[in-house]
Amino acid sequence: MSHHTPVAKRHGDRKAAVGNVGRPPVAWAVPGILFFAVFAIVPLAIAVYLSFCEWDGLNSPTLTGLDNWTRLFKDSEFGQAAWLSLLLTTVSWLFQTPVALLLGVWAAGRQRSRAFLSAIFFIPLLLSTTAIAMLFHALLDPNFGVIQTIGPWLGIDPNVMGSSTGALLVVAFVGGWQFMPFHTLIYQGGARQIPEVLYQAASIDGAGMVRQFFHITLPQLRHTMTTSSVLMIVGSLTYFDTVLIMTKGGPGTDTTILPYLMYRTGFQTYDLGYAAAIATALVVVATSISLLMVRLSGFGSMRSTREGM
Amino acid sequence: MSIDTRPVAPRRDATPTAPRRGRPARRRRSPGNPVAGFGSLIWLLIVLVPLYTLVSASLMHQDEALNGDPLAIPTDPTLDNYNTVLDSGFLTLIGNTAIVAVATVAIVLVLSVPVAYVAVRTRSRLSSLAFRTFLLGVAIPAQAVIVPLYLMIGKMGLYDTLWAIILPTAAFAMPVAVLVLSGTMRDVSEEMYEAMSLDGASPVRMLWQLAVPLSRAGISTVAIFSALQAWNGFLFPLILTQSEEQRVLTLGLFNFMSQFGVNIPAVLAAIVLSVIPIFAVYLVARRALINGLMGVGGK
Repeated sequence: MSHHTPVAKRHGDRKAAVGNVGRPPVAWAVPGILFFAVFAIVPLAIAVYLSFCEWDGLNSPTLTGLDNWTRLFKDSEFGQAAWLSLLLTTVSWLFQTPVALLLGVWAAGRQRSRAFLSAIFFIPLLLSTTAIAMLFHALLDPNFGVIQTIGPWLGIDPNVMGSSTGALLVVAFVGGWQFMPFHTLIYQGGARQIPEVLYQAASIDGAGMVRQFFHITLPQLRHTMTTSSVLMIVGSLTYFDTVLIMTKGGPGTDTTILPYLMYRTGFQTYDLGYAAAIATALVVVATSISLLMVRLSGFGSMRSTREGM
Repeated sequence: MSIDTRPVAPRRDATPTAPRRGRPARRRRSPGNPVAGFGSLIWLLIVLVPLYTLVSASLMHQDEALNGDPLAIPTDPTLDNYNTVLDSGFLTLIGNTAIVAVATVAIVLVLSVPVAYVAVRTRSRLSSLAFRTFLLGVAIPAQAVIVPLYLMIGKMGLYDTLWAIILPTAAFAMPVAVLVLSGTMRDVSEEMYEAMSLDGASPVRMLWQLAVPLSRAGISTVAIFSALQAWNGFLFPLILTQSEEQRVLTLGLFNFMSQFGVNIPAVLAAIVLSVIPIFAVYLVARRALINGLMGVGGK
């Protein structure tokens, strides 16, 4: 938080007087760091190691050099999965960003009705991804007629899950249905930080609502948008529960995104070395995207979690 | 960030001396944007229709749900579907999930509070390195480590135990926990630490009597966030457990899907039952739950 900086500096000067009395020993952090390292960092390293191995899950992994990686770059299924992940992420972003932005800016207003509606909008976030995927699986089940009833009104083919494009769009929609409240809240928080003076000045200059939105609201929300986009992109790259429950990667392999391909390779055909290579590729993509966005937004240098939201 | 959804009591500041982030009383442009207002009504329908169907069809007899109009109000509401679910071992699922959630929260808090405290109160290179590691950890997807975890959990002899779910879930909740906790602890003013240290307080006492009580908001955010991760987690149970005795809620739901098959009302009843505990928390502790769900953003 910017207004804390001068205060912190003053304390720095005074620190000499108090000395290091009462500072906790760094050793206190060791158990937590070790625990996190054992279950999150070490496995990452092992994943990289396993990506150079062949392993069936029963016998010990054996090193096979670059085999998995040369296979990966030639594998058309991997290529398709990478493309589908990218496509799903893009579609999700294009769906969630405008809706969350509009809902968030709208919800930043103070009317009572908005708070009430916001409370309802929030409900999907309470359900687990599993529950939501199962709910929509049921709603789209041809036996259970909800889609037969509603589909024609909206111009949706009741057999939407049978088509490749349809299934991918459904997965993106279901993800959006669940996470929209999350991103709406982020935008709502951002919109409330915009100084009202800007709008007053614009009104005096005769700028209409649309102009105000594009010339004040949007530019003021650019950091918020970065934050929300990072979370959206990393989130939709890793949609897995939804795909497993709703489409099993189908029809055919047309919704087999990277995490699902990894799961199928690893835990259905027990080709765990190759699965580790896919997982490594996934983490490289996810971290480089978030590092890039973090750098762009300056999130890493923030002193408080409130900033930029 | 501040998420100020209206009818909730104003957030207490971490310390009385912390400068208040001013939010001058302001009037939003009224009467409001008609496009967004209309859009929000459409979104309301998109949210409510599935939820309405979820609840109403879970109260229908199977024939009515499958042959009648699934959007109609149940003509002869029944709790049979709920009994079917409860008879299919639902209580074991809830019990296992509760154990996983409580253990996860305990581990996360016990390990993250000292890390955050050290990160805030010391300026050594090691502690800032650790902090940065946790910051990056936010971006590690669970899928990336599931293959090695399968290997490690097997070697540790923990495969198909609840520990196999608890330990990785706790580890993956830690980055957000450390970020949120160090955020709140940073707002405890330096003067108070100085006053305590002039009184000769030990670091333990400062943590226990100053930092922890003043970080209650952050601690409850972290507790709820980790509990939700445990409650809703799917991948770890799917890969790291197998037997019915160790089954948790999400995996149990997934199994109901094939077990109940075409009995969709029973599947829906199971979904409703799985949400009730979280919904109850939402009704009594709305702000804490929102903050927990927002993870990093919640403060």
